[in-house]
Amino acid sequence: MNFDFSDDQKQLRDQARKFLTEKCSPKAVRAILDGKAPYDKALWKGLAEMGFLGVAIPEDFGGAGAGHLELCVIAEEMGRANAPVPFSSTVYLAAEALLIAGSDSQKKKWLPAIASGEAIGTLALFEGKGNPSPKNIKLTAANGVLNGVKKPVADGAIADFAVVAARTGSSGRDGDIALFIVDLKGGGVEVKNLTNLDPTRGQAEITFRDCKAEPLGAAGEGWSILTQVLDRAAVLCAFEQVGGSDRALEMGRDYALDRIAFGRQIGSFQAVKHMLADMYVSATLARSNSYYGAWALSTNAGELPEAAAAARISATQAFQHCAKNNIQVHGGMGFTWEFDCHMYYRRANAMALGLGSLSYWEDQLIDRMRKKNAA
Amino acid sequence: MNFDDTPQEAAFRETARKWADANAPKEFLAELSKSSLGRIRLAQHDIVDVGKAWQKKKAEGNWACLHWPKEYGGRGATPIERVIWQQEEGVYGKLTQPFQIGEGMCGPTVMAFGSEDAKRRHLPKLAAGEEIWCQLFSEPSAGSDVAGLRTRAEKKGDNWVVNGQKIWTSGAHYSDYGLLIARTDPNVPKHKGLTMFFLDMKSPGVEVRPIKQANGMQEFNEVYFTDVVIPDSQRLGAVGEGWSVSLTTLMNERMSIGSRLATGVPEMFEFCSNLMLEDGLAIDDPAVRSKLASWAVKSSGLKYTSYRAISALSKGDRPGPENSIGKLVSGMMLQDIATYAMDLQGAAGVLTGVDEETVQGQFQQMLLSSPSMRIAGGTDEILRNIIAERVLGLPGDIRVDKDVPYNKIPTKGR
Repeated sequence: MNFDFSDDQKQLRDQARKFLTEKCSPKAVRAILDGKAPYDKALWKGLAEMGFLGVAIPEDFGGAGAGHLELCVIAEEMGRANAPVPFSSTVYLAAEALLIAGSDSQKKKWLPAIASGEAIGTLALFEGKGNPSPKNIKLTAANGVLNGVKKPVADGAIADFAVVAARTGSSGRDGDIALFIVDLKGGGVEVKNLTNLDPTRGQAEITFRDCKAEPLGAAGEGWSILTQVLDRAAVLCAFEQVGGSDRALEMGRDYALDRIAFGRQIGSFQAVKHMLADMYVSATLARSNSYYGAWALSTNAGELPEAAAAARISATQAFQHCAKNNIQVHGGMGFTWEFDCHMYYRRANAMALGLGSLSYWEDQLIDRMRKKNAA
Repeated sequence: MNFDDTPQEAAFRETARKWADANAPKEFLAELSKSSLGRIRLAQHDIVDVGKAWQKKKAEGNWACLHWPKEYGGRGATPIERVIWQQEEGVYGKLTQPFQIGEGMCGPTVMAFGSEDAKRRHLPKLAAGEEIWCQLFSEPSAGSDVAGLRTRAEKKGDNWVVNGQKIWTSGAHYSDYGLLIARTDPNVPKHKGLTMFFLDMKSPGVEVRPIKQANGMQEFNEVYFTDVVIPDSQRLGAVGEGWSVSLTTLMNERMSIGSRLATGVPEMFEFCSNLMLEDGLAIDDPAVRSKLASWAVKSSGLKYTSYRAISALSKGDRPGPENSIGKLVSGMMLQDIATYAMDLQGAAGVLTGVDEETVQGQFQQMLLSSPSMRIAGGTDEILRNIIAERVLGLPGDIRVDKDVPYNKIPTKGR
């Protein structure tokens, strides 16, 4: 059994950590948080130069052609650094959708541009409240044009293109849903920036009015492709969440060692020690579930749907738990804008909703476990 | 990243599988395959008798304590080979329950600190299940604070004379030998005045009394020592070094990986899949699904955490500290699951009568037994301290009795 990343993959992780420690300090994250720019352009360029944006994109399409395990280790570091760049929307969602369903010409058009950092992509799925479901998709596609409103769209205000989920029929079946690619710099698109929990990753409303769109994948396959994309993104986001959990735990631990109260380090009080121990437990469970997700993702195993849901739930819970308790360990200082704790708290809670909420994924996991048990 | 054996591991697995298939007591397969939480029972047979027979057979085939050196009854297997054997032994591994303390704790301590004579005399018998060993550490006033123990051992010529009391001793009533830690010098701080011994449980002055537990069962014992004589040749480690010897014992236990802890999750999933509530199956209820999913990912998280440890063994590395979370997570989960399963049964949840068809009684038993999972082998609180101090590097507790001679430490009793 070799249920671990290889030495090369660990080396890549070290390399990514070194790069992000230098180029993505808390100060750099804070600049985006304070609204100086919608995302860190210099960092994005640097990530492209390092080959991180295209690590799982085949060489034929301008990527490094490494694979998804390599992408997982980079994702973990992106989460640890709280990177203020549109990495998840571009790499986990848009690029994955193209890799699964794109035609050769679509891949040729967009994937090299993603790998080089020239194009930012996203997935336009949600239409207000609600979780991923064909029923919640009202935006229509007819005669090659889209009409409707999507929100929230992650990184929608800075994206160059979007994969859009649209309704092509009203039979009530999954086959009513189709995917399209839209060049957001073209006509028929109106983008509005929305305020959100985590300003280091923007959210937007996009209105499509008779907007020209190109189909992505076969007409009746939209929902099935989307499900695969969400599963793959769930594993990759889980690694970001694992990285964020570890960092929040470290911040809490370091503060508990540093802060003196009642004449001793607060980390010597069991109330604080036990809180940190429980954070370690959550983070460890999340890491192990995510490793299984990584294995399923990288081998395209039949276990992927169940593994992805488990990784998603476990990592969401861990990041929320660690980010929340990190503030608690810090006490009053943890509630100041000046300390970095709230940046992880914001990211943890925003990520908990991005691909559908925790209860949605809990539902998915039970369905998938039942399916497996029945088989 | 893969779950595949190396070629050597695959060959070893094949050998293990063939031997287990040809030799395992298949008449107990159905009974052992049933989910069991806590101690195993067989309807018609004593688990100790059946266990001894299986252990003896394993010893003849060199599969008992296989990671031990050959001269002491093992086959010199590597840690990963031990894990592979445990996987292939499968549910029959439940029969080794009476020998686990001997194999996991007492044997390794004798191996590390015993005389050559003691090792050759006892270890092969321990491996073959001919000798069952128990561990005599905890006392009524020394549980989590085991170094505060009171049982006295006093040197008289070439012998030691022991007086005192131990408690929570699993299997003392059927054990042949015991690993005993006792106080040999009360005038020095508590960790420094302890010494480790082993003794024949049939020695005059040893009295074993069963303890009736909160769940109505009797699995633990009190062991009383009245002028029990132990030859100095049965001392393990130097006089006053008992604490560091005991740490070796506990370290060895932590190295044993692959023994899967019960979580209650498969039982709960099955239960919810079949339980009809007013509005339909329990598993279709969003509140039930949410709880079930959270437990399921804890259970899978533990499973894959153990896989990570096994992978480290396979590479010849020491497993990381992450395995220390197992009992902490599963103990709490068992209790939570039992409570919730009974909640779903409504008023009838109060009934403890056993009915195999409706799994009535299963969760009620789990509820009554689960508190011990959160206490035995280190309480939840001690485990959190261990994680906080040894994994996260947080400071140890302030110990007011640390540098105080043992006999000057205030106690309730004096």
